[in-house]
Amino acid sequence: MSLSPAAQQFLKGAKDGLPFHIVIWPFAAIFGAIATQAGLNVVEVMGFSILVIAGSAQLAALQLMTENAPTLIVLATALAVNLRMGMYSASITPHLGKSSLLTRAFASYMLYDQPYALSTIKFEKEPDLSLSEKTGYFFGSAIPIAIAWYAMTLAGALLGEKIPTDIGVDFAVPVTFLAVVAPMLKTLAHVASALTSVVLVLILGFMPYGTGLLVAAAAALVVGARVEIWMDKRKAAA
Amino acid sequence: MIEASSTQIWIIIVGMAIGTFLIRFSFLGLVGDRPLPAWLLRLLRYTPVAVLPAVVAPMLLGAKADMDPLRLFCAAATILVGVWTKNVLWAIITGLGLFFGLGAVIG
Repeated sequence: MSLSPAAQQFLKGAKDGLPFHIVIWPFAAIFGAIATQAGLNVVEVMGFSILVIAGSAQLAALQLMTENAPTLIVLATALAVNLRMGMYSASITPHLGKSSLLTRAFASYMLYDQPYALSTIKFEKEPDLSLSEKTGYFFGSAIPIAIAWYAMTLAGALLGEKIPTDIGVDFAVPVTFLAVVAPMLKTLAHVASALTSVVLVLILGFMPYGTGLLVAAAAALVVGARVEIWMDKRKAAA
Repeated sequence: MIEASSTQIWIIIVGMAIGTFLIRFSFLGLVGDRPLPAWLLRLLRYTPVAVLPAVVAPMLLGAKADMDPLRLFCAAATILVGVWTKNVLWAIITGLGLFFGLGAVIG
């Protein structure tokens, strides 16, 4: 049996996504458990995980709901947390923009951190992949993790208090993100961009609803591009 | 406990779902296959290294973080192994392995 090139890439995406399952399974279960303990019913908890698929925004919304924040504030904060995904959308458009509208809509629904990061790494390494191969890889990296996200949210919601919520999973999230970023630090421009991002987000920590992140990220984009231009000029002059 | 009514809860869920989708759909859906200008593409190449560190840094070093030396050490090890091996899996195994391993030893 021979698989089509797109199906092969789907499997590669699924395989490259495996390390993230270490984090997603407990994270989803904990979300399900604490959401249930906070008073949401199973349908509501699953509504979050299936309709939104955005772990950190879901947790932020849950936190504010338990503090009985006004509905509008909960919505605004959770969406601010997700605004970074607008940058993902722009950044992945050169690769997936030629797909059909339906495919792009489905890809948008699944454009969360992990498949975005995996696909960007892949498409930069192998720019000659065809559109269907790129689409295959993207969905391969997105769909299995999303299914795990739904299933483990459900498990957490049903098991509720039997799930230990203080086993250090909060640390697993930064570790996976660092593990994704570190291999990308291959030029001075990438390092400068990442450092700008870290320093600014810490300085701008006072800004409301996590909006400091957006300012820091935007500045870091500019720094990365500027340093790249500067390095290109130096190379040309040498 | 959450005191919001079922209606309020569903307004939040559906509002987040629609808003998040529109954010993710913004460029991919509306720009589609129209070419983006070169300067914008250059900026966008830095998206992962510009966004993800800004997500992580407050968790480890922000005002509300507990600055646990074990976590900072394991985070540094994750970065070093990631830069060195260029391999996401090895970096995760190092970071989490050290965290849970040393955590069990130190208690």
